Amino acid sequence: MATLAPPAAPSSLDLFVAEPSPGTRRIDLHVPGIHCAGCIRKVEGAVRALPGITHARVNFTTRRLTAEWQDGRQDAQAIVAAVEGAGFDARPFSPSDVAAQGGDPASRRLIKAMAVAGFAAMNIMLLSVSVWSGADGATRDLFHLISAAIALPTVAYSGMPFFSSAWGALRQGRTNMDVPISIGLILATALSLYETVTRGHEAWFDAAVMLLFFLLMGRVADSLMRDRARAGVAALLKQSAPGALVRAPSGETEWRPIESVAPGMTVLVSAGGRIPVDGLVLEGSSSIDRSLVTGESLPEPVKPGGQLLAGTLNLDAPIAMKATAVGEASFLAQVVRLMESAEQGRARYTRIADRAARLYAPVVHLTALLTAIGWLIAGAGLHQALVTAIAVLIITCPCALGLAVPAVQVRAASVLMQRGILVKDGSALERLADCDTVVLDKTGTLTLGRPVPAGRLPLSASELALAAGLAAKSSHPLSRALLAAAKAEGVTPVVLADVSEHPGLGLEVQHEGETLRLGRPDWAGASAAAQGHLLTLAFRRGEAPATLIPFEDPLRPDAAAAVARLKADGFDVRILSGDRESAVRHAARALDIGTWAAGQTPAGKLAAIEALKAEGRRLLVVGDGLNDAPMLAAGHASIAPASASDAGQTAADLLFLRDSLMAVPQAVETARRADVHVRQNFRLAIGYNILAVPIAMAGLATPLIAAVAMSLSSIIVVGNALRLRAPK
Amino acid sequence: MTTIGFLLPIALLLGLGGLAAFLWSMRSGQYDDLDGAAQRILTDEEDGPC
Repeated sequence: MATLAPPAAPSSLDLFVAEPSPGTRRIDLHVPGIHCAGCIRKVEGAVRALPGITHARVNFTTRRLTAEWQDGRQDAQAIVAAVEGAGFDARPFSPSDVAAQGGDPASRRLIKAMAVAGFAAMNIMLLSVSVWSGADGATRDLFHLISAAIALPTVAYSGMPFFSSAWGALRQGRTNMDVPISIGLILATALSLYETVTRGHEAWFDAAVMLLFFLLMGRVADSLMRDRARAGVAALLKQSAPGALVRAPSGETEWRPIESVAPGMTVLVSAGGRIPVDGLVLEGSSSIDRSLVTGESLPEPVKPGGQLLAGTLNLDAPIAMKATAVGEASFLAQVVRLMESAEQGRARYTRIADRAARLYAPVVHLTALLTAIGWLIAGAGLHQALVTAIAVLIITCPCALGLAVPAVQVRAASVLMQRGILVKDGSALERLADCDTVVLDKTGTLTLGRPVPAGRLPLSASELALAAGLAAKSSHPLSRALLAAAKAEGVTPVVLADVSEHPGLGLEVQHEGETLRLGRPDWAGASAAAQGHLLTLAFRRGEAPATLIPFEDPLRPDAAAAVARLKADGFDVRILSGDRESAVRHAARALDIGTWAAGQTPAGKLAAIEALKAEGRRLLVVGDGLNDAPMLAAGHASIAPASASDAGQTAADLLFLRDSLMAVPQAVETARRADVHVRQNFRLAIGYNILAVPIAMAGLATPLIAAVAMSLSSIIVVGNALRLRAPK
Repeated sequence: MTTIGFLLPIALLLGLGGLAAFLWSMRSGQYDDLDGAAQRILTDEEDGPC
């Protein structure tokens, strides 16, 4: 066992080093522990104190340290060591992550477009107000000309996001909200240009550019919301190890990124570490917590020859394993394939705004056409008929309609963020509002997925202080749970020196002439009855009989209240778990859930979900494990806790960061209320059109009326969105 | 009428200046770490590179 030393300093960090310019090197490190100004100073100070460093800066928002140094004068290991020396964990961002996170180009493009549109709208409005207040003749023509010079480049530049989206939809034979927006914009600009050239009285540049500005505000808010959620998810994903400690035949150990681990390699896994790849145990025996992968809540003992799945947790002792399947052949890859096939259903979902556009666009365009025909029949000239028809298009251009949905969804996402719930995108909220059945996983979802002592601790305060002192020296989940429970009871752990850890057995120390042991019941000398139950620790002081400390995976705080609230909201609540039947039955009874299934494989869960969907139900799936990922992807909407597996977090629409399961009813109720507000906004926008269209059809809509009506309807819609309150 | 001759260009230039300043501040990364800026003001030290 001597070869199984704790992980050495990663030596393959160099794979994460980038070369921004010749002679300099850069690395980005994720430092999740930064939470105050002092931390920023400590981390930056520690790195800047190293020789050869040219730049070290912490981005507090993304908890990221960027360090640059002169090639040859410093190396990545020393930087990581310096950050760790300052008391912080540091993990490398791979260059691909950095590229993905370096400010989303789509958001930046939208913000620039909005800034340009805002500038143009202000200046054109300035000129338009002069025209409306009576400028005429050469002055008016000059003002129209200047407006045109500002508006044309602006529409071309800032309108691009709408034009390209509309063109994309039209090419596929579909229509979305951007189609009527683009048509309105282009026609308004073209008509105004014609009026300017022919020295007409009315130009609509201000309406076109203001419309762009308002719509872009909605788009930018929507895009920033998605960026924020994505950054949150990326930070969570970073918490899992991206690599493995590989032992070469020569006995040397090397830390490698997960992509460069090949089948046949020997991988070392420390006690308390995650198994990085699928494989077989070579040396050592331990117990494996598979809860995040299969949903099984009791740890499983393994010995040489035993199967290991990537993502499971090695509990007791360090082991050496042989990698058998990596990449495409691994269990993870199989789950991902199931996930991908399950996701196709969701891609068919049409956003509510696009459904509205399907009705809206033909009605508006038909109205404009009828207006032109009506004016021609009534004896007006072609010019007047066209101008009136285009005025109808401009005044109905879906300014409020374009803001109706994003304004509400951004507001809903931000109130949910206050409750520790991340929403990945707006369509998730729409789908969530439709759901009528909740399918819950048990392990890690209804339960916390981590052990806590069952009932009251059976130790006196002084014994507990000693046991906690021992536990503080170990990273075993049960030790950590005991330490946390002791601290929660206000007990200060005794500081013990020279604690020896016996892998797979427990901890031992000589203290004031007594031998203290904390560990496996049989090793600590407990009665035979307790042996074999892996979720039990025993503590023994001197020659006194050992005390058993049982642990359990408890239900989340207020899980019962959350389930009751979901039922009160009209949901059919079910459990679909990979755990043993007895454990699932126990949880179902405690939560008063009638319909449940146990012992499900990932494929079985997916089949059950498909069967429920075939009944016409809209499913909200709540799960965390790797085995839940396919059903999370298959559900109409899905929620996962922050403790979920990587695949689970990727598949879910919403993530909740706190322990309470109340997040699920809160998210659902907020989504439903957001849906109500969206529909109200649509009604407001339609009401506005019913008032404004007759005026435009009658040929009475001047640019002034259009500008006032457009701003007013936008403000009303945004104001209605802001009424949405945080959930209880 | 003559006042318009110089007032208009001035108004437009001021607006353009504001737009250019905003685009520059965005490009130079001033909005990348808003929370960090709020925290850094609490430290007394010089905050230059190295």
